[in-house]
Amino acid sequence: MRQIFAGTDGLTQSTTIYCPGCTHGITHRLVGEVLEELGVTGRTVGVASVGCSVLAYEYFNCDMQEAAHGRAPAVATGIRRVLPEAVVFTYQGDGDLASIGMGETIHAAARGERITVIFINNANYGMTGGQLAPTTLLGQVTTTTPGGRSAATAGYPIRVCELLATLDGPAYVARTSTHNVAELHRTKKAIRAAFQAQLEGAGFSMVEILSTCPTNWGMDPVRAMEFVAKEMTATYPLGEFVNWRRGN
Amino acid sequence: MAERILLKGNEALGEAAILAGCRFFAGYPITPQNEIPAYMARRMPRVGGVFIQAESELAAINMVYGAAGAGARAMTSSSSPGISLKQEGISYLAGAELPSVVVNIVRGGPGLGGIQPAQSDYFQATRGGGHGDYRTPVFAPNSVQEMVDLTMEAFEVADAYRNPVLVLGDGILGQMMEPVALPPAREAPLPPKPWATTGAKGPGRRIINSLYLDPVVLEQRNLWLAEKYARMRGLARAETVGMEDAEICLVAYGATSRIVKGAMQMARREGIRAGLIRPVTLWPYPTVSIREAAGRVEAFLVVELSLGQMVEDVRLAVDGKAPVHFYGRTGGMVPSPREVLEKLREVAAGMGKRRVVAAGAGA
Ligand SMILES: Cc1ncc(C[n+]2csc(CCOP(=O)(O)OP(=O)(O)O)c2C)c(N)n1
Ligand code: SF4
Repeated sequence: MRQIFAGTDGLTQSTTIYCPGCTHGITHRLVGEVLEELGVTGRTVGVASVGCSVLAYEYFNCDMQEAAHGRAPAVATGIRRVLPEAVVFTYQGDGDLASIGMGETIHAAARGERITVIFINNANYGMTGGQLAPTTLLGQVTTTTPGGRSAATAGYPIRVCELLATLDGPAYVARTSTHNVAELHRTKKAIRAAFQAQLEGAGFSMVEILSTCPTNWGMDPVRAMEFVAKEMTATYPLGEFVNWRRGN
Repeated sequence: MAERILLKGNEALGEAAILAGCRFFAGYPITPQNEIPAYMARRMPRVGGVFIQAESELAAINMVYGAAGAGARAMTSSSSPGISLKQEGISYLAGAELPSVVVNIVRGGPGLGGIQPAQSDYFQATRGGGHGDYRTPVFAPNSVQEMVDLTMEAFEVADAYRNPVLVLGDGILGQMMEPVALPPAREAPLPPKPWATTGAKGPGRRIINSLYLDPVVLEQRNLWLAEKYARMRGLARAETVGMEDAEICLVAYGATSRIVKGAMQMARREGIRAGLIRPVTLWPYPTVSIREAAGRVEAFLVVELSLGQMVEDVRLAVDGKAPVHFYGRTGGMVPSPREVLEKLREVAAGMGKRRVVAAGAGA
């Protein structure tokens, strides 16, 4: 018999609590595979954040710390400085990273902190029921922008990759997506490059991953994928913004 | 006996942390504690430790969370407005049971307040300034020597109980220079921390966490923590001076206790038999010392650099057995021994009147 699917060393056997069609789970898998392929799972400390992925400490098969809302990059900084040999990553949503934790994000990046940030941009607050996030698209309906996000009252979406690319601390910053298999491959490549940057001591690394939240968007999974492919990529162009290997 | 050297309170505290094996410090500038981070910035690299000037107190305390969770002895320091910001982190440290030391060199409040010494953060320190049912031991030094000794002890207590520990100083102690004997550096290996996340996979992996979504489990978790807090009650400690024959019991902590001691001596020269109980730990509170005194003295006089916070703990301990008077200055104002003496005279005069009334009633 030919084995066509196996678990990864980077993830535990726990069943995740994510909704059907949510791409949090796929992204976990990609991170887990990269940890396994780099052979670093046994010396990794992950930091879970507050959001739908709050239970990530149950899913990643490595030492984990649960951080307060938005504080994961500060927690990761503490770990990083104490354990120079460890691989340290955070896994954060867009409310966590770009709203309440924006200060921690920018300063960890500016310090060139040797951590890898996995940033899930699903254009809303998933866990609390679909409120406005800093990344919510203009016109997008959320429970706190019932008429659609209006720039006049709720401001404009924040492009975190572009923001961080202005700093000297980051070694690798990329935005990828989860809306089809080709993009998933690109996402995995980016995650691998981000961890590689950390392993080489090059500096801060982050991959922003455009993701679905079919439950709060009120869409079926297929329509949610289309929303990512068409609407989200229009506001959030995919690509690499910083790559230490290319010297930019 | 170790050689005595002249040190400023804040710097002595920083050195004490290093001697205790602290190898991680994160802080954010605020007066009157700036000498602590400056000292750590100079010293940490020389002992192979880490100093980080964080972007905020929120970041600093969460860096301490990460470092403590990774097994290091970690500390942060700040002053009142900054300590308010750290409350979120202190609650998480308590919830996740991470040993750590948090220093508050208290200044006047509320709000931005001022930069002069105060003791108006007593409630925040002893009641748990953050959310949830948790407790943190609080040490209150009253000399530069105690800034050293109690800070070193704070690290031991933090590890012994896996809990954040507060050191509550004030601007007087922080800025004051006094001769101190520095104890030798801790040489024994740090207590083993098998729970620390240092990188592991599989069944042996470790999780630092304070989230328990199931209320049944969370209640159990809280009960487990409560048992630990009950064990901490044994840490309660106070110094007593002149209590053998005292009629009036003064209660004061920190730098205030030294002013009060001066007033006590002046009062004794006038025939007012005053004694002093000085809490060294503010939580757990030395309730037993106060309660025991309540059966013997005629009155209490509590003196604080606040409008009356610790006085509530004294009243709880005295439990109506004697009148409890209060004298406080606040906002950075510090009373002179003479002002306290004045108040002692008032209390003594009141006692005299009560005695006359009681004697009259008996006749
Ligand atoms: C200090 C604090 N404020 C608010 C919350 C409530 N809260 C929990 S999750 C969340 C938003 C998470 O959204 P996001 O980071 O976008 O992650 P997602 O759930 O979408 O994956 C909020 C506001 C909290 N736990 N702590
Ligand atoms: S609410 Fe949204 S982000 Fe959260 S698990 Fe469900 S689909 Fe995913």
